[in-house]
Amino acid sequence: MKKNYGTAYAAPQALWLTVFFAAPLLIIIAYSFLKKGLYGGVELEFSLRAYTDMANPTLLRVALKTLWVSLAATVATILIALPCGYSVARSQNQAIRLFLVIVPFWTNFLVRIYAWIAILGNEGFLNQALRFLGFRPEGYQFLYNQGAVILVLVYMYLPYAILPLFSTIDKFDFTLLEAARDLGASRMQSYIKVMLPNIRGGVVTAVLFTFIPIFGAYAVPLLIGGKDSYMLGNVIADQVTKTRNWPLAAAISMTVTLITAIAVFLFALKKPKEHLEVADVDPASIGHDLLVSKVRVKTMHKKGGER
Amino acid sequence: MKGSDVAVSSVSKSFGAFAALKDVSLEIQKGEFFSLLGPSGCGKTTLLRVIAGFEDPDAGSVKIDGAEVTGLSPDKRHCNTVFQSYALFPHLTVFENVAFPLRIKKTPARLVKELVFKHLSLVQLEAHANKKPSQLSGGQKQRVAIARALINEPSVLLLDEPLSALDAKLRQHMLMELDAIHDKVGITFIYVTHDQQEALSVSDRIAVMNAGLVLQVGSPQQIYENPASEFVARFIGETNIFQGPVLSRHGTLTTLEAEGCGTILVDDETIANVGDRITATIRPEKIRISNEIPAADNINIVRGIVEEPVYSGFQTKYIVRTEGGARLTIFRQHAAWSEGIPDIEWKDKVYLSFSARDLVIVERDKG
Repeated sequence: MKKNYGTAYAAPQALWLTVFFAAPLLIIIAYSFLKKGLYGGVELEFSLRAYTDMANPTLLRVALKTLWVSLAATVATILIALPCGYSVARSQNQAIRLFLVIVPFWTNFLVRIYAWIAILGNEGFLNQALRFLGFRPEGYQFLYNQGAVILVLVYMYLPYAILPLFSTIDKFDFTLLEAARDLGASRMQSYIKVMLPNIRGGVVTAVLFTFIPIFGAYAVPLLIGGKDSYMLGNVIADQVTKTRNWPLAAAISMTVTLITAIAVFLFALKKPKEHLEVADVDPASIGHDLLVSKVRVKTMHKKGGER
Repeated sequence: MKGSDVAVSSVSKSFGAFAALKDVSLEIQKGEFFSLLGPSGCGKTTLLRVIAGFEDPDAGSVKIDGAEVTGLSPDKRHCNTVFQSYALFPHLTVFENVAFPLRIKKTPARLVKELVFKHLSLVQLEAHANKKPSQLSGGQKQRVAIARALINEPSVLLLDEPLSALDAKLRQHMLMELDAIHDKVGITFIYVTHDQQEALSVSDRIAVMNAGLVLQVGSPQQIYENPASEFVARFIGETNIFQGPVLSRHGTLTTLEAEGCGTILVDDETIANVGDRITATIRPEKIRISNEIPAADNINIVRGIVEEPVYSGFQTKYIVRTEGGARLTIFRQHAAWSEGIPDIEWKDKVYLSFSARDLVIVERDKG
């Protein structure tokens, strides 16, 4: 019998995730059900206070605002990323364009936020350029508002959307667009009715890759936004560092994590069905294991070299 | 006739430095099964794509039923394409694939169902309406592609090497089915292929192309029996080539000194003068092979040795090296009445005989 090394291979990742992801998560879950300490920290006494505290209008308002900022930024990111991914996939020099998409990752996240402050600030490049062109000498207030937060969030997460979109568009069979045009569809109809359904997997991944981190954004609203730009991430940070209500911070974190986890789960649940349809086999005639392996092979084949 | 005529006039198309089409003109008649035949890279697919509207020609024009369509996008032309890769929409069922053009036109649902099943029955796929393309075999995908291309009731159907992905047996079968569909719907078919057998067996007319040029347009018989150039003769089927200077000429009778074969008498309308260097060709099945000197007068006789007999059931192909060193190919059919003739074997000395009238002059260089 062939030895199965799967468990051995998976051990390092399993250990890593246990120590650095599962354990902290469990600690947060535990904190959320404890009583708050007087000067931060927790007291070892069971309490549901943190969860009942969450039902206050201020927090609800921030939550709704976070949701709408995240949705707006995600939609804008995807709308910009779609043509970008398309142009990279269709380009003669893919490598150069891909490189340009990845280049921002070489600079630290915070440095790039400060770069935006240097651009949008009162004495920033943009205002200097406008002043030079004869606009208002006292300059414009570009920073510290909702629009600036969304702009910088879109900038930050654009590569995360472009990359998965690029990889699905790259595998897309472009004769399908010609076929659609041939059969009477306009250019726009061919994109929406033929291309979009066939790159759905990439769009879903891109949405997840942008919406989830934006929903938990902290540094961008803190540095770019004004007083009214606070998002859930900032509220949680304040509960830890300023108000010193750790159980409440933990409870908000848990709720946000739970909501995103459910969302991801629902997305993930929808996907495998598509792959199963690919397998043209009768499950009754063969063993279940064979079916599964066949599905996997076909899926890999589909991902790998269709084209 | 429901079909349209298609007129291509002086169309040129280049991709960078590569000239795919050089001043191509063609007249395709209503309801014709017209084939564009040539080796890969000859421009046949580019010409099809120009007619479909996927490529704009650099110069020249395309007219369908006399109306200018050059520059119109594919969705504005009354022709549809069957793609080499089928190009079925993987996210839609067979039914929805075929219904796609109707959904675009917002046809009422009841009519959609009726039309889709009518076209699915044309290609015998009613039973597979709810399957996804990934669940179909190659031949079935091909049929879906045909049904989908026909549902808009185009007046011209463009087929881009539609059978190239199928195995030999299925290809033969699908070809006959295509022919039957053509008879049934009665529209113009423009069929791109590199397979001369396919083109010969179903076409009304064929255009032979090479290097961006149309070399000859004609019926399969004309193309096969009367090739206009050495390239066409060699590309369509097998052939024997005689090359050499003209020794004498009387009326349509030309005598040439063929390299490796001695003097050959050619009876062809093509005018060749003494001293011209000409190329004449004859098909392998028009040469008789025998062990004894044939008795008939007025025929060419060449002696040689059988270098390779290739038996293939219904016929035997002989490759014979002449005394002068040329190699000729001969097909002998195994008809019942030929049983009395002694078998010709490897290394046998043989006589090849053929009529002057079966030779065709394909090239002529002034001497």
